[in-house]
Amino acid sequence: MTASPKPSIGAVLTAPIVWLARAADMPLRAWQRLTGRGGMIAFFLIPNMAVFGIFVIVPLVINFFYSVTGGTALFLSDRPFVGAEHFDRLLTCTDHFNPTTCREDMFWTAVWNTSKFVVLQVSAMTVVAMITALILNSKIPGKAFWRAVFFFPVLLSPVVVGLIWKWILQRQGLLNFALYELDMTQVNWLTERSWAFAATIGVSVWAHVGFYALILLAGLQAIPGDLYEAAEMDGTKPGRVFWRITLPLLYPNLLVVIVLSLIRAVQVFDEVFVLTSGGPGTATLYLTQYIYEVGFASVLRNPGLASAAALMMGGVLVVLTLLQLGLTRWRDRK
Amino acid sequence: MSVLRMMTARRGGKGWHWTDVFTWAWLIMGLIVMFGPALWLVLSSFKTPAALAEFPPTILPYAAQTVSVTIDGQVKDLPLFTTTLDDGTVRQLAEVRRLGTMATMVDPANPTDSVKVNIQNRTPVRQIAFATSNYVDPLEKNNFGLYLWNSVFVTTMATIITLLTNSMAAFALSKYDFRGRNAVMLLIVATLMVPLSVNLVPLYSVISQLGLLDTLWGVILPTVATPTGVFLLRQYMLTIPDELIEAARMDKASEWQIYWRIVLPLTGPALAVLAIFSVVWRWNDFLWPLIVLSRKEVFTLQVGLNTFAGELNVQWHYILAMTVATMIPVIIVFVFLQKFITSGIASTGLK
Repeated sequence: MTASPKPSIGAVLTAPIVWLARAADMPLRAWQRLTGRGGMIAFFLIPNMAVFGIFVIVPLVINFFYSVTGGTALFLSDRPFVGAEHFDRLLTCTDHFNPTTCREDMFWTAVWNTSKFVVLQVSAMTVVAMITALILNSKIPGKAFWRAVFFFPVLLSPVVVGLIWKWILQRQGLLNFALYELDMTQVNWLTERSWAFAATIGVSVWAHVGFYALILLAGLQAIPGDLYEAAEMDGTKPGRVFWRITLPLLYPNLLVVIVLSLIRAVQVFDEVFVLTSGGPGTATLYLTQYIYEVGFASVLRNPGLASAAALMMGGVLVVLTLLQLGLTRWRDRK
Repeated sequence: MSVLRMMTARRGGKGWHWTDVFTWAWLIMGLIVMFGPALWLVLSSFKTPAALAEFPPTILPYAAQTVSVTIDGQVKDLPLFTTTLDDGTVRQLAEVRRLGTMATMVDPANPTDSVKVNIQNRTPVRQIAFATSNYVDPLEKNNFGLYLWNSVFVTTMATIITLLTNSMAAFALSKYDFRGRNAVMLLIVATLMVPLSVNLVPLYSVISQLGLLDTLWGVILPTVATPTGVFLLRQYMLTIPDELIEAARMDKASEWQIYWRIVLPLTGPALAVLAIFSVVWRWNDFLWPLIVLSRKEVFTLQVGLNTFAGELNVQWHYILAMTVATMIPVIIVFVFLQKFITSGIASTGLK
């Protein structure tokens, strides 16, 4: 060990950690002598696995118990068994396409809102991310700057995103001022049902498109350049190059992006909750908010019903996640 | 080397192809749409409540200019107006009092000489002024100082624990062969499929059984075992040659020493990426803290800001300033560590 005369800031900051790690060596050496390498493996694994167990696995098991028991109590032994009552209540409809005919109309409103949101948001996201990635990959000056412009909202918190747009979309906000300057009719963006719905799609695309554009950009950069040179020598038209070279080679990444954004879109909550709180009425009420309202916020709190709804959403997410894992593996092997 | 590079190549070296126009239109629109809202937020956050209520809004923050005038031996701060007098002359006068549509104005230099003016014949003199009280007041009066501290505490603690537990698990899973290793890996993959939104209600009951409701630890602990973190670190540790570890063992290093003196330093870049992401994740967390925390004393910035914005009497000047304050740390992280973040996303799909 060479001791430098002036310790760097990093060394000063990590000093307590180094000291702790050194102090831990003695008891751990004793532990290793006592239990062998197996004991050390357990020591390394247990903290992480304990957290997984207590905060993921145990709740998942409780989730199933909740979904078949009733009442508002949180303690399991205080909850009477009700069988499939919650699922029955959630799924019974005369006409599934018309939430007002359902026993739990809010749930179906949320289901259909979320479905519409997922389809529109994921398609908009994919198209915008694709165009942005193609442009960022082309020969433009100041690439790093442009990438940063499209990417920075990804890091903003959903509360910040929600409030930024609430400020712009409010009745006397910047957007209505722009319309006023252009002599166009002003719109109550957040209090008209269809505009509020469109706003939640637009805002969530705004907030996340940089992330997906970045994944696609990495995919584009991995396409070997000689393919394009060959196409150029053959005098292939640019449009044909896109459909015959770029798209097929980008396909695996594109699928990963679509599935990832599907998984996120199904769970949409934060920005929308800050922006519209699910309103006006139930126009932007999505599934996670339904679970949140039924589980925690509503006067008619019903943890069992919330768990049943969450498990159904979980089922969809398991399928999507398996698809994502399979696709990622397939892409990386290619 | 790309399609667009070919597509945007100017035909014959002159003139603009339509793809050039499209590219630049997209970039300029992107600049306005992506960057504009944040810029507008920052500019608005320095406006006084009166300036915020104005329609049409001004771009820069303006405030009415005042002037000190001595009237009857008393020094008063009076608003200044550009006034058109009856004889057509234009002068800058200060308003002493106003009754209905008529205002009594004086010349600041000569306060004894007053004139009565119709308020239609004057406009306020304004200057660019930054209402910094928007930032100072909430931090001092509205608990935001406390929220800030809570957020810093949660972010720091969660990140330290995440790095420690995830790297230990990743070390065990990459450098040891043991029975059940695949089962453990599978379990970690499985937790990927159970996002927070699915486990909200039962997780709440676990936290309440542990007595962690309304505490910052109730926010921190459920977040620290990120499966993506374990994966990222394990992938990286797999590339560290086992010979190094064998050599250390021959030198009688303990397994713990191998972990923190050999493997951990070599995992530096991956740890840095995980640390950056963990800081951003925990700083931005909203849904879980919203559920666990119900007392103001333990609110994080995000929850406090949302609650403040949801109050009946919406004080936009404070909300906007605190929104800017909330995004500053993340922007700093972004500006200085952009390379780590973008390469982390591109190579692992982390978010």
